[in-house]
Amino acid sequence: MGCSVMGTIMNYFASLPGAVAQGMIWGIMAIGVYITYKILDIADLSVDGSICTGAAVCAAMMTMGYSLAVSMIVAFVSGLLAGLLTGLFHTFMGIPAILAGILTQLILWSVNLKIMGLALDKASAANLPLSSRNFDTLVSMLEMNRSLLVLALFILVIVGVLYWFFGTEYGSALRATGANLTMSRAQGINTGLAKIIGLMLSNGIVALSGALLAQYQGNADINMGKGAIVIGLAAVIIGEALFGWFAKTNFALKLTTVLLGGIVYFIVYSTVIYMGLESNYLKLLSAVVVAIFLAIPYWKKQYFSGAAHAEKKAQKAAEKKAKKEETENA
Amino acid sequence: MLKLENVRKTFNAGTINEKKALCGVNLHLNPGDFVTIIGGNGAGKSTTLNAVAGVWPIDAGDIVIDGENVNKLCEYKRAKYLGRVFQDPMNGTAATMEIQENLAIASRRGERRTLKWGISRREKDEFRELLKILDLGLEDRMTAKVGLLSGGQRQALTLLMASIKKPKILLLDEHTAALDPKTAAKVLEITEKLIRENELTAMMVTHNMKDAIAYGNRLIMMHEGRIIFDIAGEEKKHLTVEGLVKKFSQTSGEEFASDRALLS
Repeated sequence: MGCSVMGTIMNYFASLPGAVAQGMIWGIMAIGVYITYKILDIADLSVDGSICTGAAVCAAMMTMGYSLAVSMIVAFVSGLLAGLLTGLFHTFMGIPAILAGILTQLILWSVNLKIMGLALDKASAANLPLSSRNFDTLVSMLEMNRSLLVLALFILVIVGVLYWFFGTEYGSALRATGANLTMSRAQGINTGLAKIIGLMLSNGIVALSGALLAQYQGNADINMGKGAIVIGLAAVIIGEALFGWFAKTNFALKLTTVLLGGIVYFIVYSTVIYMGLESNYLKLLSAVVVAIFLAIPYWKKQYFSGAAHAEKKAQKAAEKKAKKEETENA
Repeated sequence: MLKLENVRKTFNAGTINEKKALCGVNLHLNPGDFVTIIGGNGAGKSTTLNAVAGVWPIDAGDIVIDGENVNKLCEYKRAKYLGRVFQDPMNGTAATMEIQENLAIASRRGERRTLKWGISRREKDEFRELLKILDLGLEDRMTAKVGLLSGGQRQALTLLMASIKKPKILLLDEHTAALDPKTAAKVLEITEKLIRENELTAMMVTHNMKDAIAYGNRLIMMHEGRIIFDIAGEEKKHLTVEGLVKKFSQTSGEEFASDRALLS
């Protein structure tokens, strides 16, 4: 019996590198979500589709014999196009951002089935294998050490490029657009274009993470993006809650917290699975966690600020003081 | 510098909420004019400023800035000619960005935004000197997020941002209305200083008759989407609040009904 407990614990620790690798891949995805959700102030749901698009494009092109580098670049470009579509729905056609994202997501569902079908000479396919045994992939769960190293380098480059971009004149205009539309237009910023560029950049990064994910798990699957936005938001929120204290102003550090949030998410994920939770409940659990974290700032504002709360607090303090004096007098 | 010719704007045309906001506004500003605009609620003061800024297209008429007809230019393209300060201090600045970043954004108004670094060392020195003009101590807090500033500080910063590129026209839309009297006075003082030193042409909407009389070289009164009263030079200097109220009832045939304007 003791042996089996030991075995379980050993298994758990053996699963940790995998959790970290997955966390890093989804952390890249969450960095994409951070660009729209935190910087542009848009909740972009197209990422549920574009992560799969990146995976499908990468897997399909490698199956058709293109090189890894070309396949990944085209996967990134396919994400840019997905973002462009959402951006046009939102700015050119005036559709609310959430709905624009949902429309793109739905369109991508059909597109993704088609892309995977193309590689297999079928009308459509819901799954496309991309095993590291048959292909020269960048990352794979079968080669953990190399994968972790490659992912770390990838992340370093992405964080570096984004740090540079959001520090430039155009990147600053993009941040201003997310912070204050009225001010941005008054300062001559084409806010519609800025939103489109931001959405493209975000979905491009998300698609890139999809391409990495397909290589890592050895296939692209039509369902791999389901609830991706929630995992992305969870990473952003967890990262901010746990590591926000060391990233108050520096943008590169802020992106790093998002990444750490992704890693923590997947460590918790494998922990609860080893504690015996049906994996079926994981989506439910993540959604509830995200919902609660999103509610916290609202509750804080609603119930723990303002005059009424301050008064109550003061009253309690006064009562405490009175009691203390009473006991001292006694 | 600015010409408005027969500018018309109706909101919600054809519905029960139809509102004729501008009914043929004609106005000609000379370079260096500092015009104050007064009038009751719904007179069309802010609407006139928004028409110049291009917030929405006008229904009829022409808007000409320094010889160029800007009717077809959208809001962000017109921004290169304009500096704008809003009633709500939250509107003019980006709260999540630093003071110096906000100034850097403003100092690229009307220029192509490239992939060069967003703020240079030379600019930081320039901004520090500019912030000293405000006399609010902001020059020592250049990397502070604007969200940490008070309403008055934010309006002062917005004024600086609005005037940093020496706009052809400075549009001030009741920019002191949301401030307490003492802060409002300070912001007005900064306003006049910036207009004078940069030799700007400015339009200032205000609810405060005393301010409208005290500031600027010209005063316009609006009523029901029209300019009913336009006075400049010596005549403006001798205006009184009572005189203005009397003038209003003579021209419009109505009692001046805005308590806010009379009491302040």
